[in-house]
Amino acid sequence: MIKKIQRSTWIYLAVAFLLVLLPFFKDERWFLFLMIQVFTFGIFAMSYDLLLGYTGIISFGHAMFFGIGAYSVGIILDRMEASYTSLLIGILVAALLGGLVSFIAGILTLKLKNHFYAMLTLALASMFLFIAEKWRSVTHGSDGFTFRLPELPGPLEDHRNITIYMFCLVMMVLIFFGLRRLTESPLGKILVAIRENEGRVESLGFRIMPYKVIISVISGVVASFAGVLYAISIRFVGTNVFAIDVTLDALLMTIIGGVGTLVGPIIGAGIIEFAHHYLSSLADVHWIFERWIILFGIVYILAVIFFPAGIVGTIKAKLHKRKHRKIEAKQQNADKMAS
Amino acid sequence: MENTLLKLEQINTHIEQFHILHNIDFEVQPGEVTVLLGRNGAGKTTTLRTIMGLNSATNGTVQFKGEDITKLPPYHIAKRGIGYVPEDQGIFYDLSVGENMRVGMRQEDDATKERMDWVLDLFPDLKKFWKKPGGQLSGGQKQMLSIARSYVNDNDLLLIDEPSKGLAPVVVEKVIESIEKMKEKTTVVLVEQNFYMASRLGDRFYILDDGITVHHGDMEQLREDEELKRKYLGIA
Ligand SMILES: Nc1ncnc2c1ncn2[C@@H]1O[C@H](COP(=O)(O)OP(=O)(O)OP(=O)(O)O)[C@@H](O)[C@H]1O
Ligand SMILES: [Mg+2]
Repeated sequence: MIKKIQRSTWIYLAVAFLLVLLPFFKDERWFLFLMIQVFTFGIFAMSYDLLLGYTGIISFGHAMFFGIGAYSVGIILDRMEASYTSLLIGILVAALLGGLVSFIAGILTLKLKNHFYAMLTLALASMFLFIAEKWRSVTHGSDGFTFRLPELPGPLEDHRNITIYMFCLVMMVLIFFGLRRLTESPLGKILVAIRENEGRVESLGFRIMPYKVIISVISGVVASFAGVLYAISIRFVGTNVFAIDVTLDALLMTIIGGVGTLVGPIIGAGIIEFAHHYLSSLADVHWIFERWIILFGIVYILAVIFFPAGIVGTIKAKLHKRKHRKIEAKQQNADKMAS
Repeated sequence: MENTLLKLEQINTHIEQFHILHNIDFEVQPGEVTVLLGRNGAGKTTTLRTIMGLNSATNGTVQFKGEDITKLPPYHIAKRGIGYVPEDQGIFYDLSVGENMRVGMRQEDDATKERMDWVLDLFPDLKKFWKKPGGQLSGGQKQMLSIARSYVNDNDLLLIDEPSKGLAPVVVEKVIESIEKMKEKTTVVLVEQNFYMASRLGDRFYILDDGITVHHGDMEQLREDEELKRKYLGIA
């Protein structure tokens, strides 16, 4: 077990290291920007996987946390001076609000059947979108607003994009290892058990509700942090962060990459973001492709047909089978020797 | 009897609009194996689920160690010391055997570790498959895992629902032997259609029919009563 964890950890660290080197070879603005999107949405999709993949909670309004993060940091940097203190306050407010809203949503609905949480988050997300549109004095309405970031020290300011790239990458890696640790802990195992059969977990002597609320809060805070990074990377906040598309993207990334795998959603984020980028040019071919949601549908159907367990899920299942075939062969040999 | 471990009085249970259990009286004495018999659909599983709080009784009381647990949620009932081995075994498919064992552990004290060691000696196969996902076990292995898991916690009473279901005779024998050993340490309510198993393990029996207790007494008595066996258990 320990050996296996270490091996996969080395692989992940190696990939992270390659990603650190990447901008030194390819530093076009659009490319860096795309990769930053992959990192921020990777974090966001991981937070979604925590709910869907590890606990079996469905959220239709996960964009709300993304938006809360983006608006918190945006508004604070817009209203206060562009200093590191403001940035830090923005991040803290984002985390607090994200945690608070997910706590309330969790307390209100997680005792009930799962779809109540899905519906409530959807309703709350629409409410936040409404507020962002109507509370113009603070949010600048549907135009959105740009804001200034604090100056970076010396040479880093000259390579602002690379710096943001590195920062988002490091955050994604840290959050990934943190969440992986969480899912492999006894708490994580109880979550998986809850996803499979709540009644069974209860009759083992565990109250379900606190576990669900805890995971909802962690997921909300992480998602809100993804929103912070997103806003920082484009120095702009608009109402689109609350759009249902954001939630659908997270859902698609998680499903394509592999539900309940954490690394899957990151891979899914890579695929979806690059697909977004390249497929939008299809709009010139036919107007139907102007709507991302249509592509979403197509990609979704293809994914479900060809990778029902997601990319990572499919690979894992293959590896697993091989490993067990080996173990069983060994076992058979041993049995033969014995007889 | 005043040291009755579990006592159901006039229990009525509805599932949705259906009235499933009718005025069930049921008693379990400590240290014994009480067998619950009856044909398919008689209400055996519903009785266990009602004890566990997974179905709620509309009427009547369930007392455990003298305390009224009728209205408690399942996790409280489990913590009071009742372990449940459901009909479908309730194994978590995405967790390994080891994780299935550990996820059920409410404490990590020495006594729990001792019980864990004991039960793993009883089911050495579990050690062999420690890292295998629960979903890939055979029916018999799942059954053993489920029984073993219920034993790891400090339970005073185990409710075991049809452990012989779908198992080959040799495996049934193994399950019987393991429950025989556990019986020395804990009280058991056993739902069983396999009369051979019931009679090997049981001290006392209850027969349910259409949600009503139609007979109860010492197992000895039932072994000899051909008429009763034929009428309710379909054994010629
Ligand atoms: N979820 C449900 N909804 C409606 N009726 C149910 C439900 N579960 C059980 N019943 C009914 O309750 C009655 C008792 O079922 P129960 O599962 O307790 O029987 P049982 O004695 O355990 O049978 P078996 O030996 O087949 O396991 C049956 O008539 C069944 O149809
Ligand atoms: Mg049954």
